[in-house]
Amino acid sequence: MKKEWKQSRWFYGLLGAAAGFLNGLFGAGGGVAVVPLLEWSGLESKKAHATSIAVILPLCLFSAVFYLRGIEAPWQEALWYLPLGIAGAVIGAKLLKKVDNRLLRRIFGGVILASAVRLWLR
Amino acid sequence: MMEWVWIAAVSLAAGISASMGLGGGFVLLVYLTAIAGVPQLEAQWMNLIFFLPIGGLALWMHLKNRLVEKRVLLPAILCGLLGAALGCWLAGFLEGALLSKIFAGFLAAVGVKEVLQLGGKKENSGAKPPNGNEEPKP
Repeated sequence: MKKEWKQSRWFYGLLGAAAGFLNGLFGAGGGVAVVPLLEWSGLESKKAHATSIAVILPLCLFSAVFYLRGIEAPWQEALWYLPLGIAGAVIGAKLLKKVDNRLLRRIFGGVILASAVRLWLR
Repeated sequence: MMEWVWIAAVSLAAGISASMGLGGGFVLLVYLTAIAGVPQLEAQWMNLIFFLPIGGLALWMHLKNRLVEKRVLLPAILCGLLGAALGCWLAGFLEGALLSKIFAGFLAAVGVKEVLQLGGKKENSGAKPPNGNEEPKP
């Protein structure tokens, strides 16, 4: 019974709603909810990551359009980050095959934690 | 000049971390808010835009490798749109300073999760086999 619920449309709807809410509220973080929930529902890790992107991408687009109602979008500044961002994504994909990312995850986690403290104290 | 060095370094790091599934897709957003001083909503919008081509590229690869579980998509995206509308509305409703504090709290939780490597499966944390793919997390 429990297993069926975790693989039902209702469960997928719920995790989608959580991802959409986080992405809409913070402009990021949907994957933080979707990946573990999909893994919990029984998907293998890689499939959970891949599926989370397929869920989150249209939600990002929707949120980005929604934001335009309330802000003056800094298009030019946003574009500055794209070329090397895409290059970085390709490098990351190649690195992923070669390196153990446990240490990297910790380092990035530490940077994020420090940033959270800095933002909180600002 | 210095600003361009920062932009280059941050966009590269954000792209790498996004495709490796590190840092929960927060690297660019954290730089924009905590260091560059971009207002919270504008920074969030930039982070969303940043993810579109990177996520698109990754999704294309994942679809080719048949890693996307299609039965999840329709209910998740339909309900996700409702959640996103609510999240966006709330983000606009909250004042920038309050949103920034809530964001800092959420970020701290994600940081702790990443440092302690909570959640996720063991197979996810080691080096990938040769057909490993990008795993961005926005």
